[in-house]
Amino acid sequence: MAIFPPKERIWWNTPVEKTEVMWVTIALIWALVMFFMMPYWHLTGDQNLSNEAYKISADAYAEKTEKMAALYKVREEGDTGIPVVAPPAGSDVYMLGRLWEWWPVLELEAGKTYRLHLSSLDWQHGFSLLPENINIQVHPDYEMVVTVTPKNPGEYGIVCNEFCGAGHHTMVGKIYVK
Amino acid sequence: MSNDFRTCPDTGFKIHLPADKLIKWNAVTAIVFLLIGGIFGLLVALTRWPAVHILPPDLFYLALTAHGLDVLLVWVIFFEIALLYFTSAVLLNARLVGPKLGWLAYVLMLGGALMTNVAVLRGDSSVMFTSYVPMQAAPDFYLGIILFAVGALIGCGLFFATIIVAKKERTYEGSIPLVTFGALTAAIIAVFTILAGAAILVPTLFWSMGLIAHIDTLMYKVVWWAMGHSSQQINVAAHIAVWYAIAAILFGAKPLSEKVSRFAFLLYILFLQLASAHHLLVEPGLSSEYKIFNTSYALYLAVLASMIHGLTVPGAVEAAQRKKGFNKGLFEWLRKAPWGNPVFSGFAMSVVFFGFLGGISGVMMGTEQLNIIIHNTIYVPGHFHATVVTGTTLAFMALSYWLVPTLWQKELFLPGIAKWQPYLFGIGMALVSTFMMGAGTLGVPRRHWDISFADAAMGFDFPAAAYLMMGLNGISAIVAALGAMIFIINMVGTLLLGKDKVPAAAAPEEPVAPAAPPASAATSYGSAGTMEVPGTFVLALIFLVSFILYYFVNWKYLASVWGLS
Repeated sequence: MAIFPPKERIWWNTPVEKTEVMWVTIALIWALVMFFMMPYWHLTGDQNLSNEAYKISADAYAEKTEKMAALYKVREEGDTGIPVVAPPAGSDVYMLGRLWEWWPVLELEAGKTYRLHLSSLDWQHGFSLLPENINIQVHPDYEMVVTVTPKNPGEYGIVCNEFCGAGHHTMVGKIYVK
Repeated sequence: MSNDFRTCPDTGFKIHLPADKLIKWNAVTAIVFLLIGGIFGLLVALTRWPAVHILPPDLFYLALTAHGLDVLLVWVIFFEIALLYFTSAVLLNARLVGPKLGWLAYVLMLGGALMTNVAVLRGDSSVMFTSYVPMQAAPDFYLGIILFAVGALIGCGLFFATIIVAKKERTYEGSIPLVTFGALTAAIIAVFTILAGAAILVPTLFWSMGLIAHIDTLMYKVVWWAMGHSSQQINVAAHIAVWYAIAAILFGAKPLSEKVSRFAFLLYILFLQLASAHHLLVEPGLSSEYKIFNTSYALYLAVLASMIHGLTVPGAVEAAQRKKGFNKGLFEWLRKAPWGNPVFSGFAMSVVFFGFLGGISGVMMGTEQLNIIIHNTIYVPGHFHATVVTGTTLAFMALSYWLVPTLWQKELFLPGIAKWQPYLFGIGMALVSTFMMGAGTLGVPRRHWDISFADAAMGFDFPAAAYLMMGLNGISAIVAALGAMIFIINMVGTLLLGKDKVPAAAAPEEPVAPAAPPASAATSYGSAGTMEVPGTFVLALIFLVSFILYYFVNWKYLASVWGLS
C-alpha cells in the first residue's frame, strides 16, 4: 500500500503492466503534439503576439501618443471630449493606459493592418478588446508593438482587466472599425 | 523516548506525541483560515453576482485580496505542513525531529498570516494576492508573507530531517512509502518556491519602505510567478500524495507500479516548478521561445506526469476492488465503491474535477497563443478554482474525514450530514469553476467590481449570457460555501465535542486502514504489476478525447479573432 514502504525492496525492477505502458505512451505523444502546436501556429497561424517591445519612459510614450492624436484627430467624443483618432492604414498607432482610461479612441479600417503600440503611464493595465476577447498585458516603461488586422466593422470596447486600484472598473476605452 | 509514543489502535502506527500535537494545531489553524478566507470568497462571489452586488468597490477589492491570501496561501500551506509531519513522522513510525522548531515554525506562520491580514483589513493594502508593482502595499503586508514563508521553510526542513533520522534509526525498512515520496516532492518544490518568493518579496518590502527606488514590473512578475505558480505545484504534488493515501486507506490499494508513480513525481520535481511563464504569455519583452519552453514545462513533461497519476490513482482503486471480487463488467468496481463515505466521494470528485475541469483548462490557457483569448478574464479564476478548490481542498477535506477521527480517536461529530458534504462542496465548486470559465470566454474580466460599467465614461455591453453566468456563479458559490461550513463545523465539532472512540466499536461502515503492525510487517499486497484495469483505461480514454476536442475547439476559436503578428 502507498502508505507503507514498498514490499518489493527492489521495486524499480518490477515489471510495468501493459495498460500503464500504453497510457504513458499515448500521453507522451499527446504532450508532444501540444508542444509542437505552438511553433506550428507561429509558422501558419494568424494570431501570434509579436516579440517586439522597447523600454520607454512614461513621458516619452505620452508625447508620441499625443503627437499621433494631434495629427489624425477626426472628432471629440462624450463628456470627457476624448479625441477620436483615425490614423492611416499601415501606420504606427499608439494607445496608452493610465488611471483610469484608455487614450485616445481609435478609428481603424477593417482588413487593414496597423502597428499598434501599447504602454502604461502608471500602473499595469490589461488591454482586453471585446467582444473579440483579445487580451494583452500593458506595463509601464515597456512599449509593446503588435501588428493588428481588424476583421469586422463595428464598435469594440477595451476593458481594463488588470486590477489597477480604486477606479479600475471604470477604465473602458473604445476602438471603431469601419 | 518510548514514552513519547502512542500506538494508533486503528492503524498500528506508532505516533510521536509532539508530532501528533503539531499536526493537530496546524490542521486546525488551516481550517480556521479556510473559514475566514471562505467568508471573503463568498462576499466576492456575491458582489460579482450583478443582481446582488453586495460590497462597495473598496471593500470588494479588499475582500478579494484577503480571500486569495487566506485560502490560496494560508489554508493550504498550514494543512500541507500538517501533512508533511504526518507523512514523515507518522507514516515512518518515527520521531519528529525538533518539535520546538516546529512550534517556532507554527508561530512564525500564524504571526505572518495575521500580520498580512491586518494590513489588508486596514484598507491600505488592497493590492490583490499578486501585489504587482508599481502598485504598493504597506510594508507589513510583505513582511507578513515573508514571515509566513520562513515558518513554512522551517517546517519543510523538519520534514527532511525527520526522514533522514528515521532512516538512520531504522524505523522503517526499504524505501519510503509512495505517499511520503509524494510529500517529499511537494516539500522540494516548496523550498524552491519559498526561495523564489524571498528573492522577490524581500526587495519589494525594501521598496515599500523606501529603501529601494524602483522595481521593474516585468522582472517582478517573472520572479513572483516562480513562487506563485510553483506554490500551486506544491498543492498538486501534495494532493496527489493524498489521493494515493486515500486509495490505500479505503481500499488497501497498492500502486499499480511503484516505479511509474515515483517516476511521475520525479517529473514534477524536474519540470513542474519551471512554470512561471503561464502568467506572462501576453507580456511585452519576453521571447516566444522562452514562453513556449517554460509554459509547456519543457515538452509538457509535467502534464505527462499528471496524466500518469490520473491513470494510476483510479487504477490502484480498480485493481484493489477487483481483487475483492467486484469484477463484473468494466465498472462494477466503481459502482460498488463507498459513495456514501465522504472520504471516498471527496476523493473521487477531486480526481475527476481536477483532471477534467482544472487540468484541461490549465493546459489550454497555458498554450502561448491560446492565452491571448483568456488572459485575465474570469476564465483564469475559473480554472484555478477547479485545481485548488475541487482538486486540492476537496482532497484535503476527504482526508480529514479519516485523519481527524482516526488520529485523535474521536467519533465524527455529524456523521449523517458528512455523507452529503463533499457533494455540496464539490459540485458547488465545480459549477463555480464552470460558470466562471463560461463567463471568461465571453470576456468578463477577473478582479472587477462592475461589469455593467455604471460609473464609467464609456461602457461596454456584455451579452445577457455573461450576466446569467455570473448570477449562476453566485448561486453555486452559496452552495459550495454551505458545504464548506458543514465541513468546518464537523471538524471543529469532532475535535472539541466528539465522543471518544472506543476502538472496538468503530463504526462498521467507516473504513479504516487494515490494522497492520509497523512498517516491517506490512506485506498484505496482491500480485505486483500484473493487474488489469480496463475500466480505468476506458475512463482515461474518455478524458483524453475530451482533452483533445476542447484543445482544438479553442484553436478554432482563436483563429476567428483579429489577425495579430
